[in-house]
Formats: sequence, structure tokens, C-alpha cells
Amino acid sequence: MSISVRGIRKNFGQFQALDDVDLEIPDGQLVALLGPSGSGKTTLLRIIAGLEFADCGTVQFDGKDISDQSARDRHVGFVFQHYALFRHMTVFENIAFGLRVRPRLLRPPEHEIRDKVNELLSLIQLKNQARRYPSQLSGGQRQRVALARALAVEPAVLLLDEPFGSLDAKVRQELRHWLRQLHDKVHITSVFVTHDQEEALEVADLVAVMNEGHIEQVGSPEEVYNRPVTPFVYNFLGNVNIFHGRVDDGKAYIQETDTGNLAFVRPHLLEIARQPNGTNHFRATTTHINSAGPVVKVDAITEWGAPVHVEMSQERFQALRLAKNELVFVTARDIAVFGKERVS
Amino acid sequence: MASIAQTQFRAASAPHSSAAGVATSEPAVVRWVLIGIAVAFLAIFLFLPLAVVFGTAFQKGIEVYFQVFRDPDTQAAIRLTLLAAGIAVPLNVVFGVSAAWLIGKFEFFGKSLLITLIDLPFSVSPVVAGLIYVLLFGLQGLLGPWLIAHGIRIVFAVPGIVLATIFVTFPFVARELLPMIQSQGNDEEEAALTLGASGWQTFFRVTLPNVKWALIYGVILCNARAMGEFGAVSVVSGHIRGLTDTMPLHIEILYNDYQFVAAFAVASLLALLALATLVVKSIAEWKAVQQSAAQSAADTERAQ
Repeated sequence: MSISVRGIRKNFGQFQALDDVDLEIPDGQLVALLGPSGSGKTTLLRIIAGLEFADCGTVQFDGKDISDQSARDRHVGFVFQHYALFRHMTVFENIAFGLRVRPRLLRPPEHEIRDKVNELLSLIQLKNQARRYPSQLSGGQRQRVALARALAVEPAVLLLDEPFGSLDAKVRQELRHWLRQLHDKVHITSVFVTHDQEEALEVADLVAVMNEGHIEQVGSPEEVYNRPVTPFVYNFLGNVNIFHGRVDDGKAYIQETDTGNLAFVRPHLLEIARQPNGTNHFRATTTHINSAGPVVKVDAITEWGAPVHVEMSQERFQALRLAKNELVFVTARDIAVFGKERVS
Repeated sequence: MASIAQTQFRAASAPHSSAAGVATSEPAVVRWVLIGIAVAFLAIFLFLPLAVVFGTAFQKGIEVYFQVFRDPDTQAAIRLTLLAAGIAVPLNVVFGVSAAWLIGKFEFFGKSLLITLIDLPFSVSPVVAGLIYVLLFGLQGLLGPWLIAHGIRIVFAVPGIVLATIFVTFPFVARELLPMIQSQGNDEEEAALTLGASGWQTFFRVTLPNVKWALIYGVILCNARAMGEFGAVSVVSGHIRGLTDTMPLHIEILYNDYQFVAAFAVASLLALLALATLVVKSIAEWKAVQQSAAQSAADTERAQ
């Protein structure tokens, strides 16, 4: 089912959580709402779920306006950040809950409920834990139960609020892959909220980057990472060097003096050379080199005294035989220049 | 009310006690003196009176003890007490659960006023509570003449006793439930909602089971107070033997008539009720600790 969000606004007292948000989510896609805390991403998710209602604007499922429907009637699966499992019920009963509360005429017979729950238990690889209570499970297991519980009612849309936010790094990584695989299998339109750019870029088909109650950019992970349309997106997705800059005749320049514009360059798009390369370079002095890991990180000070970060491959680093406190020439392969007033 | 908070505190502080125990320990003398004071206090104010109650009740043998309960006035008093508690407790359960749910789960105008009102019976002397009903429904009262004209008797009759009992037991259930409901947040209810559960289903399948032990404890306390209430009931009762005497009032009458065995025999019933309350309270607390321990384990994991 496709979801479209049109002109959503939401205030909590004085605080403006969402300011005129539009978002189109195509059918069957896995979409990430990515942003720092307070950017309104969870509020947007809860409005889509019907757990919160917008002050104005509409939410449509498959073109049908459902803005006034309650969460109960929207048939969404919602996975809460802290799982929200029913603590007095076993894993089995947690998953069966959505089927058991159906009106009598729509309720499947007991053996069907049992089959369905068992099927989901094997999907989440927790068949042996069916009789356990949520308090006896690990965080990752609880998260999977929460997901199975949401899937049991065969929702039209799956919404996940920081699904891996409270798990440790390793489990997080595993569950991330597992969610991606699950989505490839089930193909249910899914939206998940995250503040972790790596998570969003790795898992999602489409990433919506949010900041201060509005959407900055929507695009594929490749698009938002390589072609950010706002300084915020540039800054939020990955490391970046910020310089004064200007654009002249379609060419971007990095400058020493304040031009009113800012130039953004990713560390891996800066190249270090020992010899000057025409005029297209600036001088810098290396201050620190971190060569542990697949990428070598070099810190340097530019000729006008600003810090700059450069990343290069191990091969390149070996070839340069770079050391601390050396004078080098830095060339930018790609610069994005934005008006200064748009950088917050 | 305080006990739930205490048990949660105990559960939370338990892991540290072994480490902190060494550093904050007192010399043996101090410990034994403190323990001695506590035991002596309990003995004088609790165990001794309890022993006296049962001792006096069985003074003239078990035969005489049971003879007391064959007296029609005593039977009437027990019946009336059961009736008053039987009406007051269910009503206060309904009220208490809805009030705690309302206050715990929603934000609305006048919330703090409602909380204050719930606590009112705790802060008002029961005698004043009784007098309120006399002033409202009594012969010279505000609504008295109208009630008399329609042949309705409230004061010095059973309805007055029930009303007074409801008033004094008003806060117990709500006060027990409130901290529990507040601490649990809305997550599970929202989850139930997205899974298609109706409001009632959510309430009976999710909210209520989660506060089950606090509710049971609240009901026990409410019941104990309903059966034991003296002041408020005394004012509205009129002390008509066999008609408007509850157990506590009957005990006073018997005692004033120098029927010590009879007085203490009836009193022993109330004492038994107190003991039963203590047992159920311990079970409820134990369960609540288990529940909160499981929850805090979940919370620590969540925090990591």
C-alpha cells in the first residue's frame, strides 16, 4: 500500500514538531525517516500510524484519506522503540493478541491462530521461546517478538520506531540485515525511524532526511549521500569539511576570505599530493595521521589556519609515505557550495 | 499506599545492599539496641494487644466464644457490616480503577483537583465525614424535610451507614493503583490499539492484568477499612441494636455493657480480618516485587 502525507503540521504547545510535511511512500518500499532527535521523525511516524493526530494536513493510504481514522482501523503494524510487549503474556500470547481481539465473526479458529503464531515464531527463530515471558528474553529477541506481533495481523503497512535504537552494536547489525531480508521476503510497505545514518543508508530503499520539523531531502541512499541538496543533509550524512566558498561561472572555489557562501567537501573527495597541481589546490600542513583501518584519516591545517580532514586509501597512503608536520597540496574533487543563510 | 512504593524501592536498591552494607554498617551494640527497640515496640503495640483480644475472647472457653455469635443482635451487626462492605468495596473498585486510569493515562483540566478530592477522606476526620451526612440528610438537614416527606430514611438507617463507609474508603483503591498505572506509561495500550483491540479489550486484557496485584491489595485495604470503620458510621448510625449496629459499634456497646467476652469475641473476628489482610498483602507485595524486578531488569537492558 502506498502512503502519502500532505501538508502535515503538528504543534506540541509552543513546540513545532512538524511544519508542512509532504512525503510520498511508494508501495512495497522500505523507507527510512532519518534525522537528529527533535527533528519530528517519530511524530510523523505516529501520525501515519494514527497514534497522534496532525493539526492540519492529510494522510492517505492508497489514495484514500484516512486522517480521521483511529489507529485501530488503519491496519498498521507498529513496532515500538521499547518493544511495548505485553509483560504478563507469554511470547506466544503476545503474537496471538492481534488475532484474539478480533470481533467474533472475523476471529480465526484456535487452530488457525496456533498455526499462524507458530509460523511467525519460526520466522523470527524463536520457536523454543514460545512459553517464555518478555522479561526472560534478550533485547534482540524482544524486538523480534514485537515485529512478529505486528506482522500477525497482516498489516497493510509496517511502521517501526527506532527499531534497533536500544540494542547493542552487534545485535543491531544482525537485526538490520534480518529486517532487510524480511522485507525482501514479505514486501510490505515499511517505514522506520532512525537517527543512525549508517542504518538508514544500509537498509532503506528510500531515505527521507528530516530536520527541525520538515523534510530536507527524499531519495535513494546513493542520492542523499552523494548529491545532498541542502547543507544540513551534507552535514548529517557523513563527515564533511566546511570552507568559505563561491561559485564563479559554474565552477566552485574554496576561499580564504569570507564570501557569504559555504563550500562543503567530503573528506574522501579531498586529495593530497606532494607536488602542486596547477592552481587548483591549497597548501596544508599535516598534524595527525590515523592509519588504523581500511581508510587512512589525515588531519591537517590549511595555509589560512583552518583544520581540514582528508581520507584516503591505504594504497595511496603507502605511495605518498606521508608523515606528520609535512607540507602538502590539497585538491578538492567535488565541492558543493550553499548560501550561508541556509546553514544552521 | 506507601508499601508499594517501599517495595519498589527495596527491589531497586537490593543489588547494592551487599556492597553498601559493609561501608554503612553500624557497630553491633547500635544494631542490637535498634533491633531491640523495634521488637519491644512491636510487642507492646501489636502482639500484646492481639494476644489480649484472643485471650479474653476465649477466657470462658470455646463454647462461650461461639455462643456469642448466636445472639441475634451480633448476627445482625455482622450482616450489616458485610452488607456495607459488600456495597462500598465494589463501588470503590469501579471508582478507584476509573479514577486511577483517568489520572494515570490522560492529561486534562482539573486533574490535580481530582487528585486532591480523592485524598480528601484521608485528611478529613471520619467524625466530620459522618456529620456531613447528618447535616445533609438528617431531620434538620438540608435535604432532610424533603426525604422525610417522601418516606426515605438515610441517617440513622442502613443507607447512611453505607454512604459513610463509601466516603471513608473512597481513596484506597485509587491510591494503590495510581503509582502503578503511572509508572507503566502508554506503550502497551498503544500497541494493543494498533493491533486492533477496542478500548474495553485493551483495558481488560492489557491495563488491568498489569496492575492486578496493586488492585487486589487496594481492595483488601478498602475492605479492611470498610469493615473496621467506627467514627463516621457511629455518627450516622443512631446505634439501634439489631438494626443499625455494625461490628465495631456492636463491640463498643457490648464492652460498655461489661460483656467483655462477647465484645472481645466479636473483636477477634475483626482481628482475624486484619491478619488475613496482612497475609494477602504480603502475597500481593511479593508478586509486585517480582513484577517490578522483571520490569527493572527489562529497563536496565533497555538502557544499555
